[in-house]
This record gives sequence, structure tokens and C-alpha cells, in this order.
Amino acid sequence: MGWKRKLSDGYDKVGLAAGLQDDWTGTGGYAEVGIIKGRKLSYDYQKFDEEGNPESTVRAVDAVDLDVETGDFVAILGHNGSGKSTLAKHINAILLPTEGTLYVDGKDTQDESKLWEIRQTAGMVFQNPDNQIIGTIVDEDVGFGPENLGVPCDEIWKRVEESLKAVGMWEYRAHSPNKLSGGQKQRVAIAGVVAMRPKCIVLDEPTAMLDPNGRKEVICTVRELNRRAHVTVLLITHYMEEVIEADKVLVMDQGKVVMQGTPKEIFSHVEELKSYRLDVPQATLVAYELQKKGVGLPDGILSMKELAEELEKLRS
Amino acid sequence: MSIKIEHLNYVYSEGTAFERHALRDVNLELPDGQFIGVIGHTGSGKSTLIQHLNGLLRGTSGAVYYNGRNIYEEGYPMRELRSKVGLVFQYPEHQLFEVDVFTDVCFGPKNLGLSPEEVERRAYEALRQVGLKEKHYKKSPFELSGGQKRRVAIAGILAMEPEVLVLDEPTAGLDPRGRDDILDQVAKLHAERHITVILVSHSMEDIARYVERIIVMNKGEVRYDGAPREVFQHYQELEQIGLAAPQVTYLMHDLAGQGWPVDTDATTVEEAADSIYAALAKKC
Ligand SMILES: Nc1ncnc2c1ncn2[C@@H]1O[C@H](COP(=O)(O)OP(=O)(O)O)[C@@H](O)[C@H]1O
Ligand SMILES: Nc1ncnc2c1ncn2[C@@H]1O[C@H](COP(=O)(O)OP(=O)(O)O)[C@@H](O)[C@H]1O
Ligand SMILES: [Mg+2]
Ligand SMILES: [Mg+2]
Repeated sequence: MGWKRKLSDGYDKVGLAAGLQDDWTGTGGYAEVGIIKGRKLSYDYQKFDEEGNPESTVRAVDAVDLDVETGDFVAILGHNGSGKSTLAKHINAILLPTEGTLYVDGKDTQDESKLWEIRQTAGMVFQNPDNQIIGTIVDEDVGFGPENLGVPCDEIWKRVEESLKAVGMWEYRAHSPNKLSGGQKQRVAIAGVVAMRPKCIVLDEPTAMLDPNGRKEVICTVRELNRRAHVTVLLITHYMEEVIEADKVLVMDQGKVVMQGTPKEIFSHVEELKSYRLDVPQATLVAYELQKKGVGLPDGILSMKELAEELEKLRS
Repeated sequence: MSIKIEHLNYVYSEGTAFERHALRDVNLELPDGQFIGVIGHTGSGKSTLIQHLNGLLRGTSGAVYYNGRNIYEEGYPMRELRSKVGLVFQYPEHQLFEVDVFTDVCFGPKNLGLSPEEVERRAYEALRQVGLKEKHYKKSPFELSGGQKRRVAIAGILAMEPEVLVLDEPTAGLDPRGRDDILDQVAKLHAERHITVILVSHSMEDIARYVERIIVMNKGEVRYDGAPREVFQHYQELEQIGLAAPQVTYLMHDLAGQGWPVDTDATTVEEAADSIYAALAKKC
């Protein structure tokens, strides 16, 4: 942990993600599109009997074509068991396709020689913050990733600092993680991923265990990383307010991608979403109820502000 | 019959460096059969408050009356109180430990000293009430989904046949389907068995949809106590203490501000749509 002591103590308050270096590769890649490309990707979990012989298989992801463009913010919806986590774990090659292919930043995830590059390209953040933080001090925890990558010491200090500033946790660098709130822990976990300078971050229900304030902190941080540092984001969530500002929404059901489009397109199909037992934004629901009563509102209203504006138009 | 709380204070780790005054002069009456929501930001004292209802925590000062009797008096039957006031903790599935679902649900009633037949009857009844299919009864709790596990934990409490059911953030971490399943089952139980239900939640939309009364906690004190439409009228004050009103409340106030004759008390999607529709009809 020799690199740790050299962290500069002067704390200059910067906006979220503003302190990130321009040379971070996450900012690059503008020319290329399609950071994630899946073709007929399927994954089977094997079930084994008591003797350890394969007994049956569960197809958790079923012939999914996935295209994510560099810099996109993609939200993934689907009820529990629909295959979201299984798909997510393919993106940094924790799982490999049973059938089909997945390319991440042009690299085939089944190419073992590219494993570390892929892991570096796509970072993952999980639901439970307590299972992700290993360090006993915040900055130490964030430094683990780059240290494991063999990043030189000077470079580690720089990355720890910029990552903690990017998530607004620099002030807490000397704290013990277990004293932090859930939202703060998740931001530290995100900093740990950011320190690897990934082009893409996959977040699997990062706010599910947080209270509303913690949720806001985490989502704000992720949005800023996407907007300012142009990190591609895949966010799995059940919270509508986290979905409506995404560039693109995917809906999964029984291992398949059953709907995809902009939030406006997706939330124009209220009945279909209800049939998958998913939530719909409250404003969309009010508009939908009014439409059913014969009021001529457009489809895909996402916010209360938009709804109020559309209602005003009707009145004049 | 009711629960009555008078001048209740609770201080954690009194007299140490970690001292924390978690409840301050709380006075509440919770009559039988109400469906009550408790809201408040993290650390406002919700969990501390509800643990006083079945005597798990003992007030530093003040009193709690259950059906007219002070639970802090000498010789009060605490064990009985624990079975009358069923408390479902946050993430209760972490406390499932038996080999199978059915045995786990039997644990509570068995400890009440009931006959084996009665224990089984109650376990079946409780599992039916939470809507868990019979094919799961002999499974290990660990084979179930998050929502199913949580329902097993709730069944374990229901099997005690409590008069008051207290749920501390029962839908935290569940998907919308799991959330609706649990809340719909709880609402059904409330309607069928007329038990008192106290629901701690962070979702204003859930609260508005289900409860008839809201208690708002802030820094250990009861800040508001009333029907949802009354409490959510204070949406600006609620924001100052880190809370919010249901989203439709904002729409209704927005429209009213622009001269629409809408009902600013509306707190659910249906109420809002009805009120806007009526306002549109008046205009045309
Ligand atoms: N480790 C595992 N072993 C066997 N089956 C699994 C495993 N993980 C997930 N599954 C199954 O795969 C399907 C998809 O699960 P998952 O990807 O976790 O969905 P989601 O994240 O949408 O809840 C489900 O049927 C689930 O039971
Ligand atoms: N076991 C405990 N020891 C010391 N302080 C506690 C303990 N449990 C809760 N507190 C403190 O009491 C206050 C109220 O907590 P709690 O009742 O858990 O609030 P809520 O459920 O509304 O989040 C908080 O300041 C919290 O830190
Ligand atoms: Mg999942
Ligand atoms: Mg609590």
C-alpha cells in the first residue's frame, strides 16, 4: 500500500466527474460505434444431481441480439428471473455465451487472451454495496483495482484521486467504508470501477437496497460519468425515474429482449409493459387513464411537466 | 381496543459517547383495524418506534399501552404481546433458517406451545394468505426467489395470528411484481381479518395507494399524522425533511396553479385522472 501515502492532501472541490483526466480512454472511442455487440447470445445454467452429473439446463438468456453504442446510457428492465443479471455478467466475461457471440469494444469475450482487456473495458457494480468493498479505508479500496492491473504507483495515486472526486467521495478518502451510508458505499464501489478507467460500466440494480436519497446520489453520479466522461452505461433497475432519461431502454422477459427503443417509444406501450408486470412512470399512467376516457393525449408522456404541458394545449 | 403511546422517549447507548436520542416525546393512538403508513428519512426513528410496539425495545421514559394495559408494568405478559403484535423486520429473509419452508413457518406457533395439529393448520393458513403455492412448501428457503422468501418470512409472523401486523420496509429490494404481490396480499389480509397493519415504507406512491393514515417521523419526533390527502398537502415541508409527496400531487398543484379546477388532494393515479377529466369536461 506504499502508493497510498502519496495522495495529495489538498482537496479542491470539483464537480462530479469534472476531475477526470482527458487522457482517460473512456473519453475516446468517439469514432467507433457499437461498444457492445451480441449476436444470438444464449446462456444455459447447468443443474447437477447429487452425484454431480448434469441433470437439466435452464436457458437464462435466449438468442439475444444486443447493440450498444459508445457513450449511450441504456436502461434494462425486466422482472426477477428474466435474465438481466446473466446477460450483464457476459459483458465483462464473468460468463461466456453457451451459444452465439458477444463482442465488447471489438473483442470476442470468448477469446481468453483478451480477458483482462475486456475486464478493464467493462466494469461491474452490483446490488449489495457490502459485498463489493474489500478495503478497510476508502482510498485503499479504490486503489485495489489498478494495483491488481499492475498500474505503476504514481499512476494509482492519480487514479484514486480522480475517481473519488468523480463520485464526490474525495472528502471521505480516509474513512472506513463500514461507517458510510448505503449510497456512499455504492459511490465508493463505482469509484473502484472508475479507477480502472473502463469505457463501459454495467450496474446491476445498484440502487435496489438504498433509500431515496442514496438512490439519487448514485444515479446522479452515474449520469455525470456518462455525460461528462462519456462512459457507456448499462443500468439494470426497477425505478422508473432512473429509466426515463436513458437513451435507450431494453425490456427482458424469459431470457429474451422483448422490447427496445427510446423511453418514449417503450412507455407508449402501457398494456404490454403491464403484461410483463413492470412499472410505468406515474405521469404515463395518468395520461393513459385519461386516454382511456377519450382524452386526446399523445402516447409516451414521461414526466408530470410534459403531461401538464400537453393538458394546457388541450385546454386552449 | 388499541395501542396507545404516551410521552415515549428512547435513547440508544445512554451515557456513552454513542448516545443517540432516537425517539422524542412520541404520543400516538393506533386504534384497531387501521391501515397505517409510517414514513421518514433514514435515521428518523421509524424502526426504533415500531420495535416499541411489541416490547422489543423498552422506552427510556414514557409508556406504551396495549388494550389499555401499560406494557411496562410489573408482570406484564411480554411473550403474549410478542405474538399479538407481529413484527416483520427489514430483509426478514435473512432470518429464515429451517430446512424447509413449512418447518420455518411452524417455528413461531410451535413456540407458543400450541398442539401439533394447530401449528400445522396455522402454517398452512399463513402460507395460503401470503399466496405461496403448495409446491414450494417442502423446498429449502434458499431455492426461492427474493419475493418468495420474503413472503415465507411474513407467513412465519402471520402463523402467530397477530392482532397487529407491523412491516418494516417489506418491499425493499423487490421488483415491481414482488412488491405488488406482497402489498396486495397485505391489503387483502387487512380487509379480510380486520387486523391493524402498520407499514413502514419509502415509496410515497405505495403509501398513497394502500394506507388510510400516515405518520411522518422526523428526527425522532412525529411531524405529521393524518389521512394521506392531508399529510401530502404539506409537500413543501415534506421536501424540507428529505421526503416527497406522490408524483401526482405535484401535477395537481401545477395544474391548479395554472387555473385548472382540479382536486389538489389527489394522491393516486386514479384520483388524479378522474379529477383532471372532470376539470376538462367543465371547460368544454
Ligand atoms: N447460478 C445459477 N444457477 C442456476 N440458475 C440460475 C443461476 N442464476 C440465475 N439462474 C436462473 O436463470 C434465470 C435468469 O436469472 P437472472 O439472470 O438472475 O435474472 P434477473 O437478473 O433478471 O433476475 C432464472 O430462471 C434464474 O433462476
Ligand atoms: N442499535 C443502535 N445503536 C445506536 N444507535 C442506533 C441503533 N439503531 C438505530 N440507532 C440510531 O437511532 C436513530 C433512529 O434510527 P432508526 O430507528 O433505525 O431509523 P429509521 O428506521 O427511520 O431509519 C438513528 O440516528 C440511528 O443511527
Ligand atoms: Mg438480477
Ligand atoms: Mg429503519
